[in-house]
Amino acid sequence: MVSANSELTYDSKIEGDVIVTRADAVINWIRSNSMWPMPMGLACCAIELMAVAASRFDIARFGAEVMRFSPKQSDCMIVSGTVTYKMSSAVRRIYDQMAEPKWVIAMGACASTGGMYRSYAVLQGVDRILPVDVYVSGCPPRPEALLDALVKLQEKVKRERSFSKLNTA
Amino acid sequence: MPKALDAIAALKGKWVGVTDRASLDEAAVNVPASNLVEVLKHLRDEHGFDMLVDIAGVDWSLAATPRFTVVYHLLSTTSHEYVRVATNCADDAAPEVPSASGLWHGANWHEREAFDMFGIRFSGHPDLRRILMWDGYPHFPLRKDFPLSGVDTDLPDKEVVAETKTNAIAAPMAGGPFVASPGEINLTDAEPTAKDESWNERRPKPGA
Repeated sequence: MVSANSELTYDSKIEGDVIVTRADAVINWIRSNSMWPMPMGLACCAIELMAVAASRFDIARFGAEVMRFSPKQSDCMIVSGTVTYKMSSAVRRIYDQMAEPKWVIAMGACASTGGMYRSYAVLQGVDRILPVDVYVSGCPPRPEALLDALVKLQEKVKRERSFSKLNTA
Repeated sequence: MPKALDAIAALKGKWVGVTDRASLDEAAVNVPASNLVEVLKHLRDEHGFDMLVDIAGVDWSLAATPRFTVVYHLLSTTSHEYVRVATNCADDAAPEVPSASGLWHGANWHEREAFDMFGIRFSGHPDLRRILMWDGYPHFPLRKDFPLSGVDTDLPDKEVVAETKTNAIAAPMAGGPFVASPGEINLTDAEPTAKDESWNERRPKPGA
């Protein structure tokens, strides 16, 4: 979503060929509008995730249509589905392989809390192994809910210091 | 005479250990583990029960003897009848039956699942590893002595455990099962609620 950003407003009559702004504003503007997802599709939520990418809901409107199945090329892991303990170490390793800066959306009840699976086999919330930025409720969530989560994540990215995550890597 | 009953009568004539098994629906027999593979082969080759639908394990209870039973569900794709073959495991501590994976390739994964969930070993199985839980998981989750909520266990990947400091935890039902009883609330407006709301993750169960 290309929103009106007052910090980037440019008047050629006044400033000529020079644009003055803050680095954070530019970098976060670029990051938030090209959020390439790492689709961590593990269960039925992944079907809704596919619907989000398809024409009816069209995540491309928000600049996040480039689903990358390589963690090296992606910015935002969308954990969509039930994370079993057996799968959890693979999820964590894929997250570790993603380049900074990176974000995580926990999509649906299972990824957020374990959902209805109060079980010996299911991780009780992916936040036990990953730093989650946005949780989406629903079982599974509507595609609009995931789009809303993406918009919320974009707003969060626009607020943060652009280099703060790089220092912790 | 239905083909399944016909087959069972033939089995009983051929092997002395084969007995009728009480069943409400499909025809069923008890077979000693020592005759199991030849009985299954006979059913497949002579009576047309050519499809192995499922293999199930049963844990009757800690006190019961025999404690474990393995049940085979066979289907005849020509006469469309089922027959159920049950075998008791002689040893309650280390249950073991011969593998049927030489007769049906599909038995391979069914037997791995029965091994994974109940710890029943299938002698002669080409690759008897866990199939659902990870290798090295120390418990058999569907046994009666395994609690429904699970037990605290280390995760398989030591590096991830060191980094995330997390493990597999017991996950009690927190007052569940979560039900919506007709009459108590308007089912179109309300979410299902826990039967016993006096305990959850933070408040321990009273009297536990």
